[in-house]
Amino acid sequence: MEKGKGVMGAGRRWAVDFSDNSTAPSSRDIPDPPGFTRASVDQDDSAVSRQKNDAEANWKAQKAWEVAQAPFKNLLMMGFMMWMAGSTVHLFSIGITFSALWQPISALQGVGKVFEPYKDNKVDLLGPKLLFIALNLGGLALGVWKLNTLGLLPTHASDWVSSLSPAQEVEYSGGGIPL
Amino acid sequence: MAIRSFLILFILFFFSSLNPILSLYEDQVGLVDWHQQYLGKVKQAVFHTHKTGRKRVVVSTEENVVASLDLRQGEIFWRHVLGSNDVIDGIDIALGKYVITLSSGGSILRAWNLPDGQMVWESSLRGPKHSKSLLLLPTNLKIEKDNVVIIFSNGHLNAVSCIDGEVLWEKDFEGESLEVQQVIQPPGSNLIYVVGFASSSLFEMYQINALNGELLKHESAAFSGGFLGEVSPVFRETVVALDSTGLILLTISFQNGKISFQQTPISNLVKDSFGPAKIIPSSVTGIFAIKINAVTIVIRVTDENKLEVVEKTNHETSISDALSISEGQQAFALVQHASHEIHLRVKLAHNWDDNLLKESVKMDQHRGLVHKVYINNYIRTDKSYGFRALIVMEDHSLLLLQQGEIVWSREDGLASIIDVTTSELPVERDGVSVAKVEHNLFEWLKGHMLKLKGTLMLANPQDIAAIQSMRLKNSEKSKMTRDHNGFRKLLIVLTRAGKLFALHTGDGHIVWSHLLQSLQKSKVCQHPIGLNLYKWQVPHHHAMDENPSVLVIGKCGPSSDAPGALSFVDTYTGKELSSLSLLHSVAQVIPLPYTDSTEQRLHLLIDADKHAHLYPKTPEAISIFEREFSNIYWYSVEDDNGIIKGHALRGKCTGEVADEVCFDTRELWSIVFPSESEKIIATVTRKLTECHVVNGGYGRWVVHTQAKVIADQEVMYKYISRNLLFVATVALKGSGEIGSVTPEESWLVAYLIDTVTGRILHRVTHHGSQGPVHAVFSENWVVYHYFNLKAHRYEMSVIEIYDQSRADNKDVWKLVLGKHNLNSPISLYSRPDVITKSQSYFFTHSVKAIAVTSTTKGITSKQLLIGTIGDQVLALDKRFLDPRRTVNPTQAEKEEGIIPLTDSLPIIPQSYVTHALRVEGLRGIITVPAKLESTTLVFAHGVDLFFTQLAPSRTYDSLTDDFNYALLLITIVALVAAIFVTWTLSERKELQDNWR
Repeated sequence: MEKGKGVMGAGRRWAVDFSDNSTAPSSRDIPDPPGFTRASVDQDDSAVSRQKNDAEANWKAQKAWEVAQAPFKNLLMMGFMMWMAGSTVHLFSIGITFSALWQPISALQGVGKVFEPYKDNKVDLLGPKLLFIALNLGGLALGVWKLNTLGLLPTHASDWVSSLSPAQEVEYSGGGIPL
Repeated sequence: MAIRSFLILFILFFFSSLNPILSLYEDQVGLVDWHQQYLGKVKQAVFHTHKTGRKRVVVSTEENVVASLDLRQGEIFWRHVLGSNDVIDGIDIALGKYVITLSSGGSILRAWNLPDGQMVWESSLRGPKHSKSLLLLPTNLKIEKDNVVIIFSNGHLNAVSCIDGEVLWEKDFEGESLEVQQVIQPPGSNLIYVVGFASSSLFEMYQINALNGELLKHESAAFSGGFLGEVSPVFRETVVALDSTGLILLTISFQNGKISFQQTPISNLVKDSFGPAKIIPSSVTGIFAIKINAVTIVIRVTDENKLEVVEKTNHETSISDALSISEGQQAFALVQHASHEIHLRVKLAHNWDDNLLKESVKMDQHRGLVHKVYINNYIRTDKSYGFRALIVMEDHSLLLLQQGEIVWSREDGLASIIDVTTSELPVERDGVSVAKVEHNLFEWLKGHMLKLKGTLMLANPQDIAAIQSMRLKNSEKSKMTRDHNGFRKLLIVLTRAGKLFALHTGDGHIVWSHLLQSLQKSKVCQHPIGLNLYKWQVPHHHAMDENPSVLVIGKCGPSSDAPGALSFVDTYTGKELSSLSLLHSVAQVIPLPYTDSTEQRLHLLIDADKHAHLYPKTPEAISIFEREFSNIYWYSVEDDNGIIKGHALRGKCTGEVADEVCFDTRELWSIVFPSESEKIIATVTRKLTECHVVNGGYGRWVVHTQAKVIADQEVMYKYISRNLLFVATVALKGSGEIGSVTPEESWLVAYLIDTVTGRILHRVTHHGSQGPVHAVFSENWVVYHYFNLKAHRYEMSVIEIYDQSRADNKDVWKLVLGKHNLNSPISLYSRPDVITKSQSYFFTHSVKAIAVTSTTKGITSKQLLIGTIGDQVLALDKRFLDPRRTVNPTQAEKEEGIIPLTDSLPIIPQSYVTHALRVEGLRGIITVPAKLESTTLVFAHGVDLFFTQLAPSRTYDSLTDDFNYALLLITIVALVAAIFVTWTLSERKELQDNWR
């Protein structure tokens, strides 16, 4: 179970981190070997590494956009499933509807996690994030709409009055044919 | 939201099988239902003690039942219930194998086969129906080797053959103004004497040849004093009668055709006699009895026609018919009532001083007095005679006495139930006596293992039988405490004899019975009649320590101004808490929707002078009543005059009847139906049981919701008023029997009337229709049953009434925020804006009673319970009587559960609630909600009683009785075990993997 969680969070089976983020000393927990000076390396390869970093940032941004667009496919598939499920209430349609509601909600809860790998100082993640949120909200809206077509949303007057008990009458009368 | 989705799920679940058939499996019969057979008060009993075969007694009863009973156990061998207008006049056994019954005012004679009760022949006797009819079976009179039955009925004397019911001869007395008293056939002769009175002072005697009906002699003699009441035959050619004052006894003998009178003033016989006497007829030779007030005097007639008092007693006495035990010897029984026991004496007719038998039997006080006694003899092992006596008690029960003991008893009073109500059982707690039912765990487990075997189809036939008997004998259902589901209750029934019974709903046994003091004959109350039962006190929340009680209303005599009588009976113990003889009459009883602090319900009794009397007469009740004074109305239906009047209360009584709890009333409105074109034949309101009582406040109807959601989420608001009255009138011509008028002459008008304001909310005319009308009113609809003369079929119509004035409550936001007026109290004086929807359908059966199922909260869909002419109860879904049915319902309507319209209502054989049983002489159907919302209790009564539980929408809120808890338990245990096993296995595997 423990292993699975990590995998699922990234959405991938495994990952190799090519980026060298060793410049940040805070992230370094292993002490450098004797005779190795980090600064000199940085200075030597500064031009190369900057180029490298730029490419990486570009790549990250691209990836982030891709991830942000991912729910769109989901949305289309969900729409197709909903169309298949029909508008009557039964186990299948209820299942579909609830998963259509649940998926966007869980995705929205984990927005930060999804974009974690693409976090970069140079990459602006706001755009992809907004798109991601918008698409998921769209999915949610689709789910709600489906719920409504199934008649499970209290949008009619009938949903609010059906539990009202009858009104009291002021007068009381009794009688009938004499015994 | 959640409620709605659930409801939709439920509805879909129910309607997925469009016709929910609520039939039973064969092995479910008797699990929750019970059926009891009764006879009614025995009118006449004839013993049949054939040497071979089982000993039995044939009885006829006031409920028009003729039945053959086993003498050993009192079980019914066979039974026939004749119609309510086919009153039995006499029964006898002919040739030792036929039971002869004379019924319908002496116009129908039937012979039934004694062993199995099959009808052998039936013959109808002609003549206008007016006189009393007599049945006589001479023992050794034969016409051409045919045994005959002599019948006097409708002014004709007939001799009918026993074999085939053929009339052998007929003598017409129609011309004579004769009031026949006795037909005497002296044994051993071929003569028949017909004696009677003509023009009140003439005694007539006809001597007729029994072989051919030839009139041999006709004598008449005048007696100036006139005659009173009946005559009692004492000898072959002597009868005893009373003169018109009731003070002089006449011995009339007509020996050799000569009539002679002999007068004996009663004061000569009994010194301190006062008041007129009454003859108690008996067939014993030489003995008769008279009754003066409460004193019974037994008089012997000597050979010289002299009268001799042999016994005078203050005790209630009954004399049996004569029983010939050997040649020329007649025995008879005398039963006397002394406080706690009865004394039975059997004597020979000619020997008063010696007793053949003298026994005392302890008798339950609640059986009242002995009304009738029949004796029969048997030969003991020592060749001497033994006697057994069948006695009919005041409470209509039937007992067999033998050797000083009650051999068996039958509570036949339960055949004539007047009113039914229910009561809860005590709550289970320490100190409450509870039948010991719990068995040990092993037994429980064994039972469930058996059930499990049954479920898995491993059980052998013995096991299946064991399972079945276990289910039927489930002691849980007859426990004397309240259960969680509210299935166990007490049915409190009032019988015509003035006895109150409490029946347990579990198995129908009698928990207690009580002969009500207020409904007993007394000096102040000569002819008491029980009328109704009301729930007087229903302890609820804060008065839990009190026992619930019922109010029994009766009146003295049939007239409308006869004084009333009240009894209050504790329903746990059956004790009469108090009884009141009222000074005023009781014309109406109105249970008010208010209770006092001890949960006693306020009742308003209206007397014939239209004064209202409040009960209980406590200051607290008066203060509650005065608070609501201006809101209480009452109405009276005068069906003879065709007027419905509405009244309001005015103030305290003035005049001589001044009383704290007496109130004057004033008339508010009246609806007068045109007398020549409309006659009231039926009025129906909603049942009182549909109303909850809220302490000190208003009653709340057991209607779950005021809105009805129709297709496309539209809402219709039901017009739910407790003050609605359904009235059906027919044309005066059409008020007779079905088919007596042409369709053009008859019509039926149905009204819905508001009883507070007298407003007619709806009126519909059914042309070419006729009564009788049976109707049931519930929620916002009424269903009624009548005959359509044009179509020659019965019809049922439904009217639903909706409130249009609330229909504009459509804004969802207003409803969400609670800004609507749907819950505010309504006054009926505001202008109602109603629409009605109605529809009619053909129905195959004629109907005896209609009821509707009621549940605690009114959520469960309703079923109509129709008492058919075949004495069965049919459950018909209310959905079949929905005015919104159309021939082609839309998809949305189908989803809503609307059934396509058909011209007639379907009768699904499986939906007979009474399955294979019949509730003979069905009169009423009562439904009581159980605590479980899905379930309702149904009690049908007539001559028989039937009780069952119904779930109109199936038991959606509980597991069925045969749910196998053992299987569930075993499954859970197995799963838990499996979890542990797999867990340990995986642990081990992981360890091994790690070591590798």
